[in-house]
Amino acid sequence: MSYTGWILLTASLVGLSCGLIGCLLILRRMAMMADAISHTVLLGIVIAFLITRELSGVHMLIGATLAGLLTAVLVQWLHTTGVQQEASIGIVFTTLFAIGVVLIATKVGNAHLDVQHALMGEITFIPWETVELPIVGAVPQAVLMLSSVLVVVLVVLLALYKEWKITSFDPALAASLGLPVVLLHYLFMAMVSMTTVAAFDAVGAIMVVAMLITPAASAYLWTDRLAVMLALSGGIGVLSAFIGYYIAAWLDTSISGSMAFATGILFMISFIGSPKYGMASRWTKPPEPAEAPPRA
Amino acid sequence: MDPVLQVNQLNASYRKNKVLTDVQFQIAPGTLTGIIGPNGAGKSTLLKVLLELHPRLSGTVSFFGTTYAKAKSRIGYVPQRGTVDWDFPTNALDVVMMGLYGKIGWLRWPTRKHRELALQALNEMGMADYAERQISQLSGGQQQRVFLARALVQDADLYFLDEPLAGVDAATERAIMNTLKLLKEQGKTVLVVHHDLQTVADYFDHVFMLNRTVVAHGPTADVFHQNNIYRTYGGTIRWMGEKSG
Repeated sequence: MSYTGWILLTASLVGLSCGLIGCLLILRRMAMMADAISHTVLLGIVIAFLITRELSGVHMLIGATLAGLLTAVLVQWLHTTGVQQEASIGIVFTTLFAIGVVLIATKVGNAHLDVQHALMGEITFIPWETVELPIVGAVPQAVLMLSSVLVVVLVVLLALYKEWKITSFDPALAASLGLPVVLLHYLFMAMVSMTTVAAFDAVGAIMVVAMLITPAASAYLWTDRLAVMLALSGGIGVLSAFIGYYIAAWLDTSISGSMAFATGILFMISFIGSPKYGMASRWTKPPEPAEAPPRA
Repeated sequence: MDPVLQVNQLNASYRKNKVLTDVQFQIAPGTLTGIIGPNGAGKSTLLKVLLELHPRLSGTVSFFGTTYAKAKSRIGYVPQRGTVDWDFPTNALDVVMMGLYGKIGWLRWPTRKHRELALQALNEMGMADYAERQISQLSGGQQQRVFLARALVQDADLYFLDEPLAGVDAATERAIMNTLKLLKEQGKTVLVVHHDLQTVADYFDHVFMLNRTVVAHGPTADVFHQNNIYRTYGGTIRWMGEKSG
């Protein structure tokens, strides 16, 4: 495949996985957790590197997933001691991120791991870091990792679809029906962490938040059905990847930055133009008729 | 008959404040009980502690002579309407089907049979025409009926409802009370957190008066009188309705 082809495939995989996971994130009102986890995965990656002394995908994935879970556990723990939810997120992720930054500066030296890279990602190098696979041949490492994570996300999402729906909508009912709400919460946090770290190399810690939140927030404006929202969100993620790439090629600027910018543009279009909740429809639609009297 | 719910020496706190002290009672099968008490009396907390949604400090709770975990499938819970996000992308039918998720089991999807059960429950609550309606487009009363329908499909033997009549229209209030009385006639046991003292005598055959501990509990005709109401509400109540029981 061409250089451009690999870039677009990588970016689309990021858009798709992040779009799917992002829906549940915003419906569970956990958008801030995405921000937190996107930063603390850095600590996981650094520690995985310090232990194994190599920057392999699998080690990074495990390290970052554990760091993401640690974040979720610490936030929950601080919250139960009486600290506000948002404050505990702020405390935990900045602290863990800072430890990661200090470790990079003092222990890692000039390995291929720096803060700039962690924050902004470097999708332009991705097509050159390949691994040999049977049948398909040389494939960029990031594509392999993103595809594997996407498969895991899809399987877990579909297999536990109704469980995600009920624990997001009404956790109290879910618990009273005997569903393991806490376990599902941490499983979800693990998926967020995996998705984040897989997307991390391509788009970095800041842009991954845009890919997680914005397509899902846009999709939310277009539909009243969860399944449709998931599909739309994934689609908007992929579309943002394409639009972002071509904006970057046109203006000769950062690809990840342009992709995040594209999610913002698509959100604005949704915000203004969505037939159900968009601003334009509010201006043009007549006020809702008074509801029919309820029947006893 | 054995009680469906037996609570002994229950203590619980909420944000480090002791809310429930030595709560002790039992509920007989086939009763419709109103749980009343002033704001902050611990009514919602009591429900959450019984359903293990909130930890207890001490005491024992048994359902149908066994633990909550073993009796779970026989217990239905209707939380306060305000506890969920009504902007969630789903419709009324879907919310009702959620009541069946425990029975459907892992790795399975709802089938036509579940859909029909949910439709039937919506119909019983006079909400069949709204099945496909997005839940944010429903009025408060209609949302509460959807919650009731969801409890009905659970087909439980014991129901807990947290303020189901708060902020609903008169027609919804009638529909809900008729449904609860029907459940009782089917031999089911219903406990309702209630806030309107004027309707207690009409609606409930038993009343449970709570203010951090049990003030009075028994048949409405026996215990719902002025003296107990004053003991429950302290000096905070200015008016009470005529007692009809």
